[in-house]
Amino acid sequence: MTETTTSSAIASTTTAPPVVELVGVTKRFPGVVANDHVDLALHAGEVHVLLGENGAGKSTLIGMLAGLQAPDEGTLRIDGADIRIASPRHALALGIGTVFQHVMLVPTLTVAENLALGGPWWRRPDRAALAAKVAEISASFGLSVDLDAVTGELSLGEQQQVEIVRALLRDSRVLILDEATSMLTPAGTDELGALMRRLAARGLAVVFITHKLSEAFRFGDRISVLRLGRKVGEIPPERLKALDEAAATAEVVHLMFGATPAEAGGEAPPARAAVAGPAVIEVRGLSVPGPMGSPGVAEASFSVAAGEILGIAGIDGNGQKQLAEALSGQRVAAAGEILLDGRPIGHLDVGARRRLGLRYLTDDRLAEGTVGSFPVSLNLLLKEIGAAPFWAKGFVRPAEIARHATRLVASFDVRTPGIETPVGRLSGGNIQKVLLARELSGGARAVIFNKPTYGLDLANIAASRRRIREIAASGIAVLLISTELDELLDLCDRIAVMSRGRLAGTVDNDGAARRRVGELMVGKQS
Amino acid sequence: MHRARRSGNGRFAAGVLHALVMTVGPIAAALVLSGAVLVAVGVDPLAYYGTIVERGLLSPLGLQQTLTRMGPLLFLAASLIVAFRAGIWNLGGDGQFLLSAVVAAAAAPVLVGVMPAWAALAVCFLLAAAVGAVWSLIPALLRAYQGVNEIITSLMMTFLGVSLANVLVKLVFLDPATTVPQTRTLPVADRLPRLFDTTVSSGLLLGLAAVIGVHLMMTRTAFGLKLRVVGANPRAAVHAGLPVAKLTIAVFAISAALAGLAGATDVLGVLGNVRADWNPAYSLAVVPLVFLARLNGFASIAFVFLFSVLSIGGESAARRLGVPHYFTLVLVANLLLLLALAEYIDHRRRVAKKA
Amino acid sequence: MDGLFTEVFLASLVFGAVTAGIPLLLAGLGEQISEKAGVLNIGIEGMMLGGAYLGFLVAFQSGSMWLGFAAGAAAGMAAALIMVVFCVRLGLNQIVVGIAVTLGAEGLTALLHFFQFGRTYPRLDAPVSLPIPALSEIPVIGGALFDRTPVVYLAFVLVFVMAFLYRRTHLGLALQAAGDKPAALDVAGVDVVTTRSFAVLATGAFAGLGGAFMANVGAGLFVPFMTSGAGFIGIVLAMLARGRPLWVLGGALLFGACLSMTTALQVAGVNVPTDVIQMLPFAAVMAVLVVFGRKASLPAALGLPYERGAR
Repeated sequence: MTETTTSSAIASTTTAPPVVELVGVTKRFPGVVANDHVDLALHAGEVHVLLGENGAGKSTLIGMLAGLQAPDEGTLRIDGADIRIASPRHALALGIGTVFQHVMLVPTLTVAENLALGGPWWRRPDRAALAAKVAEISASFGLSVDLDAVTGELSLGEQQQVEIVRALLRDSRVLILDEATSMLTPAGTDELGALMRRLAARGLAVVFITHKLSEAFRFGDRISVLRLGRKVGEIPPERLKALDEAAATAEVVHLMFGATPAEAGGEAPPARAAVAGPAVIEVRGLSVPGPMGSPGVAEASFSVAAGEILGIAGIDGNGQKQLAEALSGQRVAAAGEILLDGRPIGHLDVGARRRLGLRYLTDDRLAEGTVGSFPVSLNLLLKEIGAAPFWAKGFVRPAEIARHATRLVASFDVRTPGIETPVGRLSGGNIQKVLLARELSGGARAVIFNKPTYGLDLANIAASRRRIREIAASGIAVLLISTELDELLDLCDRIAVMSRGRLAGTVDNDGAARRRVGELMVGKQS
Repeated sequence: MHRARRSGNGRFAAGVLHALVMTVGPIAAALVLSGAVLVAVGVDPLAYYGTIVERGLLSPLGLQQTLTRMGPLLFLAASLIVAFRAGIWNLGGDGQFLLSAVVAAAAAPVLVGVMPAWAALAVCFLLAAAVGAVWSLIPALLRAYQGVNEIITSLMMTFLGVSLANVLVKLVFLDPATTVPQTRTLPVADRLPRLFDTTVSSGLLLGLAAVIGVHLMMTRTAFGLKLRVVGANPRAAVHAGLPVAKLTIAVFAISAALAGLAGATDVLGVLGNVRADWNPAYSLAVVPLVFLARLNGFASIAFVFLFSVLSIGGESAARRLGVPHYFTLVLVANLLLLLALAEYIDHRRRVAKKA
Repeated sequence: MDGLFTEVFLASLVFGAVTAGIPLLLAGLGEQISEKAGVLNIGIEGMMLGGAYLGFLVAFQSGSMWLGFAAGAAAGMAAALIMVVFCVRLGLNQIVVGIAVTLGAEGLTALLHFFQFGRTYPRLDAPVSLPIPALSEIPVIGGALFDRTPVVYLAFVLVFVMAFLYRRTHLGLALQAAGDKPAALDVAGVDVVTTRSFAVLATGAFAGLGGAFMANVGAGLFVPFMTSGAGFIGIVLAMLARGRPLWVLGGALLFGACLSMTTALQVAGVNVPTDVIQMLPFAAVMAVLVVFGRKASLPAALGLPYERGAR
């Protein structure tokens, strides 16, 4: 556990009444109970970690504290008094500041303007006063923000700092950080962790939401574990200090699954057979212009052999999406060559590349990968509209489509009420299975995965990872783009790191891979 | 969930009842609301609605006029369905309609002199479709390649088209033999044939064919499915490798051609000529009708019929009761708003049920 | 043709440009507010018509121009209220509701005018102009710009007021946030629905005033459907002006010049058919859109209703 300079402070504050309390809070949405009678106490001077996998209800809970939703049952208490938080404005007035998982800053305004939002409408923003306050906060907490920068041009880590400054400007007593480390490098994560401890040391009640056990252990004083909407356990500070990482992990896993780590699906990956053979995908000097505001790809070269899993690591927004789109044919490359089984395909369109065996699973399942209002059966053929035997002379043949869909739904275990159900009604995991079924059917030679397990629950994550291993084992070349380092280390044979559109380097997945990938991500040569 | 508790037949009946309430409800409410407007200006709404039904539907001559009026309106409905389902807001229908009507009106009298009437009509229809399609080219290209919002560009082309049509009628195709500025009149014998012994123009059948054809295309063909993908989720269309730009231009062309055919149907079937400053502005009035029909071809036919009754009956009521045809616009606007409201209430009801 | 560049022609042209341009200016400024806040207001044509009719009616019956203008603005706001309720509060499709407002206003104003005045078209007296000393003596443009009824000056002033509001106040920031990223505005504690409601109502007021100007000052009477596209031209101006009120002014005067070309040419003794001239403004709009269309930058959240905490 990290050194803390405030152990005595913590010992005394845990006996003080909590700043914010949630008592029996319940929130329902159509078809799901997001929070089920959750009790939570936030104490000043403490980093309280909310730990749980995707879908556990953490963000919903936070939404209620931030004034975005009201609980259906239960109460919120501030300093012991029952209160209804009516709006984000009210939450801010009560001293609750939130930094959401997705940046909540206006990209076209400067940092100063974003910080000034919310003042009386007829007045001019007081720049001098703002600058003074920001300087004071920055010095106090070791933050740094450039008031005149256009927010949209800052990196995600910098934007996060701005949001934290905003919360502190409002004299927040509670600071909530929702999955704040998902977009950071390992170094950035450490910095954020240190910042949280400094904030707690100054008396704030810090709430840190995450699904990563290691971060919970390193940065937290108290850990509450959420599972499927319920709070299944809590490790108070006294107990947490007494445990080492392994013991804490075991306890948390036990709380989350009632099982030991090995049983919980964290099986050691099977030894990977050495991969040799000719390259299926080969890329030489690929350059792709990026959309405004993000780097494209700059002279990338790599190759993937049959049965090999090559990982692309790197923070989101460093050209990974453009790389995937250029390979699949969705985006036009400015220079370079792409070869599939030795044949150049750079001049072919999406459909032609697909027919040759190059498949692409997008990360944006609903916004890009499927048409939510269309049935599962049509979505399974979205990239083959007009092809025989599903269409004859331009006219649709429903029986063929239905047969095809039924077969795929069965073999890929897609849980759906029927093949005519609009795909948007399925859960994230099942939509992912639909995408898998679509891309893997019929002669796939190489598959590009972009963040395949994003937003899935643990069971589906494990199943997806198994599936990816199987695909590779069957001789298909796999390109795995992911922001989850653990996932890459679990699955890949080699890992390449993308930074600002360039391939900073490629490492073999051996014992030193974690360290070397981390170094490459921050720019140190390996 | 609600569905699981009903048997197959019960589910179907509930579905039909729901659809009925969702369409009849807003119509009834719109009639009431518009009736209030009539009361406010001192007209008896029951008398007015009564006249409309009597003159537009019950009287044999009126019914035939109603059915004839449906012809061009059905083409316009087809035009809008194609566009809206593909996610394209083609609001240029009125300009496409008028320009094509003028060209057809000008060409017909000339062509019947050199070829049999049926051939002349066929050529005029082709011309009208072509003119319509060409008139949509600029908004189409701007949208396909520059991402410029087509609502504004197509609306501007309408204003431009209406002015241009006027110029053509008054300066280029003017019939020197008449005092009223208009194009040369096509003799009744050379116009679209009437159906059997009635005065109903065969334009009705053409219009029906257009709407049904569009419906089948959108629901049964691969091309129609591609258009629907573009309309439902443009990003998915790109991801799926669909040629979005070309499809966009194709949609504009088809939609505008259909609007052009509507113009030809009106001129070659009923009017025989185009008068200066004539602009019935049907297309914008058909927009609410296709929304009410949820962009379904067959439902559109029903709503076009109702609107035609209103139109023909309203023209009669204007003479008899002194209520100008402007009232139709008020009714249609009310209908649109109440329909949107009904959808909203229905949506909230469904969401509340699931929770 | 030698009458073309005389002072008379130019003065007439500029005068007419202002007369025709003020409604476009007001429509453009109004639409700009809505668009900045993320609402695509297609109903603006209807708001102008409502303002034209009520503005004319009140001015006619009360004898006061100013009451007429106030009534016009109020009528515009009433029409805007429909968009506020249906689109901003309930989140319904902005285009569908906008078309409904426009069609409804077209029909309603025509209907009411018919029942009020029958087939007669009574005229208002010409508005009293208020010359600004010295400035109104400038040749050619002095009379056109500085010897007008005060509403014209008001419209010019509004350009600078809006520019100030946008650049220098919290309101401007809130509007921009509402259009670019409403969730960020909400989290900062400003109610998005309230902000957008204000924006749309303001648009209605501007548009209604513009319509009243068209009827009372421009034509002196009300004719059904008299705005004939002015509201839509306002939308084009707003789209091309990229958030800058001054550009709306420039565009409005330019198009106003096109619209007033007929009268000016007649004054100069040039005989070009009216209908051809009437095509000019729309042809100009299309030309501008073709050349500059790509650069029309619109707020990211335009047309999308905002729902707090939407799943």
